[in-house]
Amino acid sequence: MSMRPSGSTALTVEHIDKSFGATVALSDVSFSIGSGEVHALLGENGAGKSTVLSIIAGLIRPDRGALRLDGKPFAPKSALEAREGGIAIVPQEPMLARDLSVRENVTLGREPLRFGLVDRNAAREITKQAMAALGASIDPDAIVSTLSPADCQIVTIARALAHRNARVLILDEPTSSLSASDASHVLEAVQKLATTGKTIIYVSHHLAEVKLVAQRFTVMRAGKVVESGDVGGASVARLAELMLGRSLEVERRKRRAPGEALLSLDRVAGARLPLDVSLTLRRGEILGIAGLVGAGRSELCRAIFGLDPVRSGKVKVARYEADGGKRPWQRLAQGLGMLSEDRKGEGLLTTMSIADNITISRLGRVSKLGLVSTKAQDDAATSLIARVGIKAQSPRQPAASLSGGNQQKVAIARLLFDDVDVFLLDEPTRGIDPGSRESIYRLFEELADEGKAVLWVSSQAAELLRVCDRVATMYRGRLGPVREIGDVDEPKLLAEAAGGAA
Amino acid sequence: MSARDLFKRPWVGPLAALVIVYGVFAALLPDTFLGGLALQLMVRQTVVVALCSVGMTLVIALGGIDLSVGSIVALVTVVIAHQLKAGRDASVAVMLGVLVGAACGLVNGALTSLLRITPFIVTLGTMSVLRGVAKGLANEQKIDVDAAGLDGLMAMSPGVNPFPIGVWSMAALAGLGALLLARSRFGRHLLASGSNEAAARLAGISYGKVTLITYTLLGLLAGVAGVMEFSRLTVGDPTDSIGLELSVIAAVVIGGGSLSGGQGSVMGSMFGAMLMTVIATGATYLGVANWIQQILTGVIIVTAVSLDRFRRP
Repeated sequence: MSMRPSGSTALTVEHIDKSFGATVALSDVSFSIGSGEVHALLGENGAGKSTVLSIIAGLIRPDRGALRLDGKPFAPKSALEAREGGIAIVPQEPMLARDLSVRENVTLGREPLRFGLVDRNAAREITKQAMAALGASIDPDAIVSTLSPADCQIVTIARALAHRNARVLILDEPTSSLSASDASHVLEAVQKLATTGKTIIYVSHHLAEVKLVAQRFTVMRAGKVVESGDVGGASVARLAELMLGRSLEVERRKRRAPGEALLSLDRVAGARLPLDVSLTLRRGEILGIAGLVGAGRSELCRAIFGLDPVRSGKVKVARYEADGGKRPWQRLAQGLGMLSEDRKGEGLLTTMSIADNITISRLGRVSKLGLVSTKAQDDAATSLIARVGIKAQSPRQPAASLSGGNQQKVAIARLLFDDVDVFLLDEPTRGIDPGSRESIYRLFEELADEGKAVLWVSSQAAELLRVCDRVATMYRGRLGPVREIGDVDEPKLLAEAAGGAA
Repeated sequence: MSARDLFKRPWVGPLAALVIVYGVFAALLPDTFLGGLALQLMVRQTVVVALCSVGMTLVIALGGIDLSVGSIVALVTVVIAHQLKAGRDASVAVMLGVLVGAACGLVNGALTSLLRITPFIVTLGTMSVLRGVAKGLANEQKIDVDAAGLDGLMAMSPGVNPFPIGVWSMAALAGLGALLLARSRFGRHLLASGSNEAAARLAGISYGKVTLITYTLLGLLAGVAGVMEFSRLTVGDPTDSIGLELSVIAAVVIGGGSLSGGQGSVMGSMFGAMLMTVIATGATYLGVANWIQQILTGVIIVTAVSLDRFRRP
């Protein structure tokens, strides 16, 4: 993309060490970020990215080493000091007051005043300027709750930008919770922003995105910098290898032979979405559902599992020809299990322990005389922690203390404990590091080989092509034809998702 | 269990506060406050609040609230007096009183879970409705009646047994409540629902069922509390226990309950309830004016909850 401006250095990280107790989080971390460049900071969860960002943002202080901002020593003692120094952080999840307007959110805490009252026109002007820098045209007076997820993320960036002297912007996985098309809006905004001379640190797991927006990269692994360089000279595969420390072998799996139907849908319509879905999910197969966010895919899973009502049509679960009930707890008893796309809000009991999370639906199996046995719970959890590959110190650890990838594995472990036959997975790898993603792919491939059935909703065509046996695209509440995976490719799926060929 | 683990238990803080406050009063009033009589008196006085706190701990752990407990207790005293007056047997009157309490709780639970109205609003409404029903049933007067032996439930019993049967039943019910919340499957489902309703539903827990049962349990316990209240008063009083709900909520919150749900300890609530009685009794013995007692109680509530923040991660 655009040429590299000036060549001066905006931010330098010099030989930083940081330990938490006995855990070494960073050791001898050094890299520098040119003024006006988009610099991608890459690494798996736990590689040390967050620690580096926290130091730059003044949240924690390094044990050794130093930062330089525009060549001058920079040692922020608090978030406020870092902010005044010109560092602005855009959090991963948009933290916005949803009932307030865009203008009120962008100027929140720094409202322009006139006669002691908020000067709305000035606030509108500030918002418009920030939007212009992002090449976005969001109405400053729109209420945030009416905006799309992409626009919410852009408002969050605008807020950081509206800061008087924000020169270095840290974007922490700005697209992780967005669909592909929403993500492209945000990426356009970032690209536009880069042309205004701001320095951007861009953290992301999506290497294709990084190739698109960043000029330079730094890869971290296990608290160390592995390599810094120009993005132009590194392929996606090379970056992934640097992050993982090994190559990602993407072997084409053997074809599975599906068995009898475990779940069949006959013209199912939900309260609002989906409109009309018929499909048959067979034992031993992974069936992918492609499409855009808002197409009705999550609503389909929720309707099947009984979280939302089914307005018309039939959901038939193989062994329960007769009506076994359609509430979530009845569906669970019929061998259906669902993984929510909203891990923190719905997928997990974050305040409860890993063991509680895994066993909560089937406490009877770890209870005696109605009392839950902590030991039985821990035993069950420990074996599943090993099976799914959760990195945890103890089954009694609160789920909130785990990384995103490990939290998702806990949610999956619960479904395994529940002896689910039919897995309804809604964006199972969203916001997860590549290592965990790969292990989730393998786990479900194994489960399918064992004769489980999997319905896999994903916005990433590459993911569906990697794991599924068959795939169909949902567009505006309707499901297109189900095709063998060999008959589709990425461009075809993307076109179908956008309504091009469905 | 290591000392560190022990410190993490939610009831340790309220217990420590109780011991300290009791110690201070005992030092100031070694003659009266340390005596068995004072202790008996204080335990007896805590019974009604404590019984309601057992149920309220469950409701608050579910992320709910019940403002109608004071009205339920008053209604139950009236129902019992009314029944006795009509010549019913004492056991029938008690049974009916407890059932009325449970039915009130069932209504609260049903309105909350079926109509999806926030429990604060539902129970604000039933608080007023039940108070009105009690007054109507009693013709806006106290119902004087022969207690038919029910006064024995809470009477001081000279002799070997230091506490009346009401106190022992409270202790037993508190034990059952603690076991239910901390160790049973239902308790785990309740904590899960209070911690994150959506996640609980996804995990196949029937939120409606849990809500219904939890509010009914509180109603049932408030019914038992009403029996004890009648035993103390020996009249049916429709204007009794106004503001009781706030003492009960305070006991639960001091005991480590979180109003945002997912947390609570029946043991802690018991210590919280005792703490408030000790302060009130101690201050009375010292001759401290009532308005100072009230300020003191308020300060203790806020202090206890702020201190509890340090315990939590």
